Amino acid sequence: MSEHLPALQVVLPLVSAALCLVLRRAFVVRVFATAVAWACFAIALALLARVEAGGPISYALGGWAPPLGIEYRVDSLNAYVLVIVTAIAAAVFPFPLRGREVRIPRSRHFLFYASLLLALTGLLGIAITGDLFNVFVFLEISSLAAYTLVSLGRDRRALSAAFSYLVMGSLGAGFILIGIGLAYQMTGTLNMADLAVRLDPVRDTRTVWMAFAFLIVGTGIKLAVFPLHQWLPNAYTYAPSLVAGFLSATATKVAFYFLARLVFTVFGVAFAFESMGLGAVLLPASVAALFVGSIAAAYQTDLKRLLAYSSIAQIGYMTLGLALLEERALTGSLLHLFNHALIKGGLFLAAGCVVFRLRSSALADMRGLARRMPLTAMAIVVGGLGLVGVPGTAGFVSKWYLVGGALEGGHLLVAFLLLASSLVAAIYVWKVVEVMIARDGPEPEVRCEAPASMWVPTWALIGASLYFGLQPQWSIGIASQAARSLLAGAP
Amino acid sequence: MPTDPNIALAVGLPLAGALAIASTGRWPNLRETLMLVTALATFGVVLGFLDPVLAGERPGFTLFEVFPGIPLAFQIEPLGMLYALVASGLWIPTALYSIGYCREHGEKHQTRFYACFAVAIFAALGIAFSRNLLTLFFFYEILTFSTYPLVTHSGSDAARRAGRTYLGILLSTSVGFLLLAILITWQLTNTVEFQPGGILAGRADGPVAMGLLALYVFGAGKAALMPFHRWLPAAMVAPTPVSALLHAVAVVKAGVFTILKVVVYIFGIDFLAETGASVWLRYVAAFTLLAASIIALSKDNLKARLAYSTVSQLAYIVLGAALATGAGVIGGGMHIAMHAMGKITLFFCAGAILVAAHKTKVSELDGIGRAMPFTMGAFALGSMSIIGLPPMGGAWSKTLLVLGAAEGHDVIFVGVLMLSSLLSLGYLAPIVGRAFLFPQPHPAAHPGESATPEPSGSRLREAPLLCVVPLCATAIGCVVLFFSAEAIYDLLRAIHPGP
Repeated sequence: MSEHLPALQVVLPLVSAALCLVLRRAFVVRVFATAVAWACFAIALALLARVEAGGPISYALGGWAPPLGIEYRVDSLNAYVLVIVTAIAAAVFPFPLRGREVRIPRSRHFLFYASLLLALTGLLGIAITGDLFNVFVFLEISSLAAYTLVSLGRDRRALSAAFSYLVMGSLGAGFILIGIGLAYQMTGTLNMADLAVRLDPVRDTRTVWMAFAFLIVGTGIKLAVFPLHQWLPNAYTYAPSLVAGFLSATATKVAFYFLARLVFTVFGVAFAFESMGLGAVLLPASVAALFVGSIAAAYQTDLKRLLAYSSIAQIGYMTLGLALLEERALTGSLLHLFNHALIKGGLFLAAGCVVFRLRSSALADMRGLARRMPLTAMAIVVGGLGLVGVPGTAGFVSKWYLVGGALEGGHLLVAFLLLASSLVAAIYVWKVVEVMIARDGPEPEVRCEAPASMWVPTWALIGASLYFGLQPQWSIGIASQAARSLLAGAP
Repeated sequence: MPTDPNIALAVGLPLAGALAIASTGRWPNLRETLMLVTALATFGVVLGFLDPVLAGERPGFTLFEVFPGIPLAFQIEPLGMLYALVASGLWIPTALYSIGYCREHGEKHQTRFYACFAVAIFAALGIAFSRNLLTLFFFYEILTFSTYPLVTHSGSDAARRAGRTYLGILLSTSVGFLLLAILITWQLTNTVEFQPGGILAGRADGPVAMGLLALYVFGAGKAALMPFHRWLPAAMVAPTPVSALLHAVAVVKAGVFTILKVVVYIFGIDFLAETGASVWLRYVAAFTLLAASIIALSKDNLKARLAYSTVSQLAYIVLGAALATGAGVIGGGMHIAMHAMGKITLFFCAGAILVAAHKTKVSELDGIGRAMPFTMGAFALGSMSIIGLPPMGGAWSKTLLVLGAAEGHDVIFVGVLMLSSLLSLGYLAPIVGRAFLFPQPHPAAHPGESATPEPSGSRLREAPLLCVVPLCATAIGCVVLFFSAEAIYDLLRAIHPGP
């Protein structure tokens, strides 16, 4: 049984998505989806424990040996990403779906959960598979599910947001497919480890250059790396909070994982950074993202939109750590995958609590929120401090490594800009805080905290971000191990 | 290094006190009793470390590891001992005073006020006992955030604006400069531990050390070195007990303490003296010292005048650190205690005047000494200590600083220190003079106030007893410090054993 865990990790949510159509009753489906998410989380933890104990796992799907068959390959990096995705799912899925956030009636909620499970399937599949074409398949599964989920937002603008997400996402997927095709044409293989070997003699051909460019840009769109981020703000703003929380905490993280996999495992550091000059493109783009995202966030008047722009800046931190090509910085990036997932997931859920009570996430409606919804407001403050990177929060841990890595590489200016950008983050966070503690809120000021079914998942994520800010040994251990193995070029 | 769990107790007590205060908000008497008990107990525990530290022990306590090899950990050394004694010791009179002040002044949200206060003391003790830069930075930021609700306590627009300045400057300097400096130190030396003699010697050359020192001293924005001093006058919108303890003792001293500690235990005095990396800092400190004094002269608002006086006096301590001589650093360290005792007295008096006479401007204080003899008498004593006149504690620390300047053959700074003492005489003495020597304004001179005729100018109208007793106590404390300066000197001498 336990040797089939890699397959189970993907098959379980896939089958469960179909089962949702049978169960149909909203409450039952919600409990079922939650249970599946928890089971997936348990599987991911078991996989991580096995990888930690015995090194990478290779699993031949259907018994067909790689490189011809599809290989599921789990090393410390995938296992870590799988844990992030499933942990977020486990925390987010129980968050109740209220009619104020989705457009479909309660009788059709089962379709929502089916899509949610499909998105989970796709994301887990991308993270676990060792086969490039399989990545594309799972990418499409997760993306199509994501477009559907975004379009279900109550606001009519969710439809156009989902449509532009669809156009941009399909463009990205198309690029990735072209890249895969070109690489396949040159090597005749789709297995990533095998590709790494077979690409070696043909690296200096224009076809491989094109393959690399298409793959990186396509992934960049999925990752919403500046300036390919236009789809993100609207998608997250108008999606139901649960969806925004889930996608912001997982979809971009998995895309980042795929980028790292391409750069370090498939094409190799030397090719990507020396021949193709990835660093020269990604470093300025990342630094620009830090400021563009944060400054744009500071101008927003809607909490969800503000959080969406903040995500663009936070993605900049991750790509920056990759572009610096230092072990410490890459550790920081990988730490930030996890830390940002906790923080941003928690913040979007907190926004969900706000929408549930106030029917709006506009900052203007949130005046005096600290007295009306103290728990939710507190969650937003603590999560916001995490985005700024105040010591004691998870954000500080990743920033410590990122800045340390920048200094290690001698990039004093980048180190300073990194810290300066967190001050811009402080501006938008404090803007929200000041609104929430304002004294001129609507009268009467009655306490109307969100129900426990909402603030418990919110605080589970926010509390975890505090815990991993003070006790980060676990995340640091895995992230630094994964960073080391990535930089060593081990497939 | 002996492990002593009492350190965790000393730091944890104020935090526990904050929780106790927050949960007993419904019963004000119980809440305030708890606050006093916590303050007394904290001071008692801190005092217990004094003998071991004087005997040369350096008790430590490790909380838990955050980054590999970098724990949150405490270790008590002389400077931290002194700062902890000052912060926890002065919490007791401030607690008494704030009870009197808040009740008389009818402050709202007193529970939040007292709770944040206790958290700030918790952070100050954490800073004092920090064993490495990470711990120091951690508590430094807690101090910033826990004092924000105190600064914006009144909730008015002006308070919110001031709070924005306060947080903006303190956060941007600490994150932009201090954290960067810490990470550069980590990068250079692979450690962030405070060690006697410093850790940078041999790992950084002159220019790097100079740049790093700049990041540290401007990063410790709480030290209010120009041009990052604006937050301190802005923070004066806070209720007076906050200004007293936090902006004369805990917060500002956290800044200069950070600078002293970094100079002594990260750079090392000898390393700084050899490389001359701190020469420029002497001039910046001297400029701040004089400029702030001159601005103080021009301020009519009493608290604003005291705020600029604080900026100036903090620069003394920075100058002491920048001199990179034993006497300079010890004088700077001693000035932490001396200035704290003097300035808290002055702020207490300013608050008492506000509560009893509802006056905030220096120009309104004519003849007030007759109505408030105790308050203004204490003000006179505190002023003398700030100016540096015997028999007040301030005399010793200023003497040491001048000696330190002379030791380094920096005659110009001897002159600066003298001049600044004269300037402080210039901005403090007139207040005392007005209060005791000027005649009271005739009621007719203020037509607006004639509706409430004052029966007699010589009638005592002091602030409540809970305000007057603490301010008299700290004024007497200034005198006591004059006679016990040797004990402080003995404590601090260990940080730079030498001539």
